[in-house]
Amino acid sequence: MPDRPMISIENVSRYYGTYRALDDVSLEIGAGEFFSLLGPSGCGKTTLLRSIAGFDVPTAGEIRIDGTPCTLLPANRRPTNMVFQNYAIFPHLDVGENVAYGLKRLKLDAAEERRRVSDALDQVRLTGLDKRKANELSGGQRQRVALARALVMRPKVLLLDEPLSALDKKLREQMQVELRSLQKAVGITFILVTHDQYEALALSDRIAVMFGGRIAQVATPKEIYQRPRTRMVADFLGGMNFLQARLTSERSGSVSVETARFGTINLERPKGFAPTNGHVTVGIRPERLRLLWDDERAPHELVGRVENRAYFGEVTHLTIGVDGLEQPLSMVETNDYGADDLPLGAEIRLAYDPDAFVLLSEDERGARM
Amino acid sequence: MLLHRLRLLPFLPAYVAVYFLFLYLPILLLPVFSFNDAATTTLPLAGFTTKWYASLWGNTVLLQAARNSLIVGVCVALISTILGICAARAITRYRFRGQRPATGLIMAPLFLPEIIVAVSLLMIVLQMGLELSLVTVILGQVVFCIPYSMSVLVSGFEGFDRSLEEASYDLGETAIGTFRRVTLPVVAPAIVSSLLVTFTISLDEFILAFFLSGTEPTLPVYIWGQLRFAAKLPGVLALGSLMILASVVLLTVAEVMRRRAERRTQATLVP
Repeated sequence: MPDRPMISIENVSRYYGTYRALDDVSLEIGAGEFFSLLGPSGCGKTTLLRSIAGFDVPTAGEIRIDGTPCTLLPANRRPTNMVFQNYAIFPHLDVGENVAYGLKRLKLDAAEERRRVSDALDQVRLTGLDKRKANELSGGQRQRVALARALVMRPKVLLLDEPLSALDKKLREQMQVELRSLQKAVGITFILVTHDQYEALALSDRIAVMFGGRIAQVATPKEIYQRPRTRMVADFLGGMNFLQARLTSERSGSVSVETARFGTINLERPKGFAPTNGHVTVGIRPERLRLLWDDERAPHELVGRVENRAYFGEVTHLTIGVDGLEQPLSMVETNDYGADDLPLGAEIRLAYDPDAFVLLSEDERGARM
Repeated sequence: MLLHRLRLLPFLPAYVAVYFLFLYLPILLLPVFSFNDAATTTLPLAGFTTKWYASLWGNTVLLQAARNSLIVGVCVALISTILGICAARAITRYRFRGQRPATGLIMAPLFLPEIIVAVSLLMIVLQMGLELSLVTVILGQVVFCIPYSMSVLVSGFEGFDRSLEEASYDLGETAIGTFRRVTLPVVAPAIVSSLLVTFTISLDEFILAFFLSGTEPTLPVYIWGQLRFAAKLPGVLALGSLMILASVVLLTVAEVMRRRAERRTQATLVP
């Protein structure tokens, strides 16, 4: 939990008729935090961002920015600025005029205004391009102009609505690095909306994963990837092998479950865990399974057959059939020992670490803040 | 492929030539005869003169008609463009019940027989006891110009990205300031284009003006009156040539502006 909340969202709901775009969402985002709202399209992440910006008014609940209630405050009086998905560069103005747009209302003296505009352009590495016309800019440059135009206002919170989705892969990765260092340099709160889990993992201090207008989990990238609370969160953040298990014993801090082929596993007991009739789902990430070569031995082994193989350059994705398991296991192997040359149907042994399993809640509404 | 097929149809270029000849030769003859030093429009040409153009300047009735046309044109352009802005904005920005029928009804005057509309307007005006005047001409022509104005404006507004206005609010601007600093400049070329198109249509419009103008003729009505006198024909040709020139210039500028508006609004959509 952040020490000083910059944004407090308290029981915010947004209904469109009977459709719940946001369903009783509560959240705190700290000052100086890089926070991501992650989820599939229609999960409510954009509605939440637009409510913070002031473009959408919640049906119920309260939004506070830096302690001030802002729920009904119009967008032009909030200490937030936004980078729009399509950047919304004013087409009739050049780069300098775009960046200076919001400053005009502050009635600064000309020299001060020019200094702030050129500082903002330096910040996004567009130095000297202030006379460039809007339609002469590349996608990456448009995005930088949108960033500069927002940052020049010195907002308390910068809101980014899928800012990288229109860029090609190479440029997107480059902009991710820049966005992260820019946020560290200016030190203000960034709230990023994205459906790209890698983008959220790479950029954020914390991530909120949303489904169906609700927040399923809020945590650091590492925690949310390694300790997802629900099946949907685990699934959305990457590959996961799901296994059905039976609850055998329950203690205050941990639980034991019995699985078909992995035997008895002891798991950390998540907050608010409530099993339904003794059946639970556990998961293990594909990269936590490892092939054993030749006479290599491991404390926990399993025998299987290669059912499918997909070559990804630096790694190979394998599908391993194991007798007694309903679903084959997926795993990711580096190609150092020849995983990319394993024939289909080959018998293999794999090693696993029982500590890598996580206990998952089925109900996506079960895990609440 | 296409070239191949065209070669198989050798009469196509000839057809196109005849088509354009038929369409534009009569119009080209107008300026040709307007510079001809003879009172009749017969070949061979008698020699070059600009006296017919000079005679236009001394003709007070004609100048009065030109003034009337100017007044009507400016009023029609302003009113129909203002109403067109409202309609185009409603159609491109909002989704509402009856949107399609409403659009259809606004566009309908394009397809209605103008003379019937003119007669019914005349009947209503007389029933209401109003005097025929330039005001009645303006009202009648506005009905016919709104569809044109709306088409031009819709194409300009269509690409207008709502997030531009949101970006402006987000940067602290008020609703009025946003309209002045973003909305208006971005759609200005489309508005200018609409003004020019409707002015041109009004300038050339005859039927409504003929029925509704009373004792104050516009230029086309004046020309119609002059056609009874054979001696006035060269002067009419000179006047007609000027009107064609004005129309071509105005519509060209309008089209250039419309394309600029389209480019401008689309520029925001390309990532």
